[in-house]
Amino acid sequence: MDVKVKILRYNPEVLDEAEWKTYSVTLQPTDRVLDALHKIKWEQDGTLTFRRSCAHGVCGSDAMRINGRNRLACKTLIKDLNPGKEITVEPIKGLTVLKDLVVDMDPFFEAYRAVMPFLVTSGHEPTRERIQSQADRDRFDDTTKCILCAACTTSCPVFWSDGQYFGPQAIVGAHRFIFDSRDEGTEQRLEILNDKEGVWRCRTTFNCTDACPRGIEVTKAIQEVKRALIFRRV
Amino acid sequence: MQQHQYDVIIVGAGGAGMRAALESSTRTRTAVLTKLYPTRSHTGAAQGGMCAALANVEEDNWEWHTFDTVKGGDFLVDQDAAEVMCREAVDAVLDLEKMGLPFNRTAEGKIDQRFFGGHTRNHGEAVVRRSCFAADRTGHMILQTLYQQCIKQNVEFFNEYYVLDLLMTDGKASGVVAYELATGELHVFSAKSVIFASGGFGKVFRTTSNAHTLTGDGMGIVWRKGLPLEDMEFFQFHPTGLAGLGVLLSEAARGEGGILRNSDNERFMERYAPTVKDLAPRDMVARAMANEVREGRGCGPDKAYVMLDLTHLEPAHIDAKLPDITEFARTYLGVEPYTEQIPVFPTAHYAMGGIPTNIKGEALANNEDVIPGLYAAGEVACVSVHGANRLGTNSLLDINVFGRRAGIAAAEYAETAVFEELPDDPSAYVVDLVEGLRTSTGEERIAAIRSDLQATMDLNAQVYRTEGSLKQALVDIEALKERFKSVGVQDKGRRFNTDLLEAVELGFLIDLAEVLVVSALARKESRGGHFREDYATRDDVNFMRHTMAYREVDAEGNENIRLDYKPVVQTRYKPMERKY
Repeated sequence: MDVKVKILRYNPEVLDEAEWKTYSVTLQPTDRVLDALHKIKWEQDGTLTFRRSCAHGVCGSDAMRINGRNRLACKTLIKDLNPGKEITVEPIKGLTVLKDLVVDMDPFFEAYRAVMPFLVTSGHEPTRERIQSQADRDRFDDTTKCILCAACTTSCPVFWSDGQYFGPQAIVGAHRFIFDSRDEGTEQRLEILNDKEGVWRCRTTFNCTDACPRGIEVTKAIQEVKRALIFRRV
Repeated sequence: MQQHQYDVIIVGAGGAGMRAALESSTRTRTAVLTKLYPTRSHTGAAQGGMCAALANVEEDNWEWHTFDTVKGGDFLVDQDAAEVMCREAVDAVLDLEKMGLPFNRTAEGKIDQRFFGGHTRNHGEAVVRRSCFAADRTGHMILQTLYQQCIKQNVEFFNEYYVLDLLMTDGKASGVVAYELATGELHVFSAKSVIFASGGFGKVFRTTSNAHTLTGDGMGIVWRKGLPLEDMEFFQFHPTGLAGLGVLLSEAARGEGGILRNSDNERFMERYAPTVKDLAPRDMVARAMANEVREGRGCGPDKAYVMLDLTHLEPAHIDAKLPDITEFARTYLGVEPYTEQIPVFPTAHYAMGGIPTNIKGEALANNEDVIPGLYAAGEVACVSVHGANRLGTNSLLDINVFGRRAGIAAAEYAETAVFEELPDDPSAYVVDLVEGLRTSTGEERIAAIRSDLQATMDLNAQVYRTEGSLKQALVDIEALKERFKSVGVQDKGRRFNTDLLEAVELGFLIDLAEVLVVSALARKESRGGHFREDYATRDDVNFMRHTMAYREVDAEGNENIRLDYKPVVQTRYKPMERKY
């Protein structure tokens, strides 16, 4: 099938402003949007620039705004996009665009690093593994799925209007440890998220949950962190 | 051009690179250079688990694990290295748990373990639960956990810095040259130690589980320096790639009870491996599948694949243990694994060969001598713990054990070594390479050459090989090398020039495809992942030895591949026929 793909192009080496360009591509309905981008780059215009790696939804490189919604290009099939109409592809919002679909990911990773996303323990390490029940393990299973693609954070209206907000992903990253029975850093992490740019900025619009390509219940995780802050226990 | 100086430079930020960084950064000044962001590395795509004889759910010991690794590798494994890996496996898993890795748990709260291909109790008696896992995203959890620890330890990363050359001074490693993707600027890093941990080169094949970015850069750089590559003919084809796509479906699917079936709905692995059946090593299962298809028992409109059957498993069990791979089947093939069988076919998965190293992770210049200051770990390296065929889960183990060892060895060397003086004009080679491609006026398309390379490799150098097919591949590769000389790069800019990047990557792929095929032609036997229909049995008299390939350039500038051989280290296990 012939599909029209409209892409927001931007290259400051050439032009100061972004502009839409439409490409016509022959695709299978089961092709991914990433296949469409590759066909354009490989057969029509080598300057089209985007990040990608694994091509099956686990590395988190190719989050972009497809038909107005944040998704992974490698996990979105053409047939699911109403391909009779033009498919639009733009960079994710709220991070500086560097070229075409490539944005500056450094502020996003900074927010993640700021929430102490690592196991904090004290005292002597056991000789064998720490014991943890499967039920305790299941408590934070959902948030371990995160691939740091930024689809959630860059779908959040609060993040768009105020880049200082930690954003949903950082809270997901904190949740993964706050609710881990082995961890002893909860107090510190909760204090970080109690900041004015922290968890209270969330307005529960659920964009993040809709955007997550891993099916993480992001908004629910944020609510659980808020509750932990109010009651000071997990 | 910018200059930097670090004691240890690590090239690649997957599991091996970050595990190395955790060791070297506490001992000495370390930087990690990656052409991606660390969490994009392909370690994250690994699914099924990491084997270690914890004996948490049944009797097990690391000696059995060693035996399985040696036998699984069709006796081409260096047994001293396998002993190290399997003995240190237990601590490697426990270390990850202490770093916070969320393993699945037993009823007592210990790390849970499950079956995996080729892993057996008491030297092949029956399958054993040895694989430690986190659902079917164990690699993802290892990558995330190591990255989290790197954050904790403040490891210094240079993200989207593409290393294109290794600098050597008087036979020692002295640094690297990297291309910064965001700006197109070149950076010269002076270092006492350089560790390559840059992964494999699965993109020489079309049907592959590998990421687009797995283009063998580290192996290619070392190769162009005239340093050897070991056992490059041994490439693993994973049995269960999603048919037509190559996306990996973990062996854990069979570890949890999944069954392979042909068009007669027959559980055909019973014929090929009566004891362990669907849990035979990957090379045997992949060949069995390809054979079923060749003999007309394939499924689908073109009889081109076989089926993976999970329909007898409880949906709740599938959701708990195999959530990601069943989602892949739903997303990409529209198949519901609860009720429908999944079309699968072998997919190029893992390079057993690579940069030869010893058990400390030191890279070798030949059969005996180490290259001072140069290290390699993970898929880019060949220790050799995988021999002719890697067992499932042993790659996640390899990166942890030998990543750690390389990190320690590189840091200890750096503590006493001095910075070597860099060669004159250290970036000259990379400037030529990059500017030559950027300013090329050639008409050949990068993607067309790459596609033709992948087509001939899939056709001629896959699960079944013959002298004729390999010679055809070689002819095709020679023609592609000529075409590559007039490859055109459309993007002439400096900023995020991924067009240029793909051209550079293609150059490495062509080099490595040639090494693979030349090595395979010379190995006139069948062993592990290398199967020659014209020499269908293993030949221990002539080929119980590692291939060592070298690039040589004569006085007229003609390139040539020279093959040499290296003895296999055997300690306690004598070669035997490989039956399962």
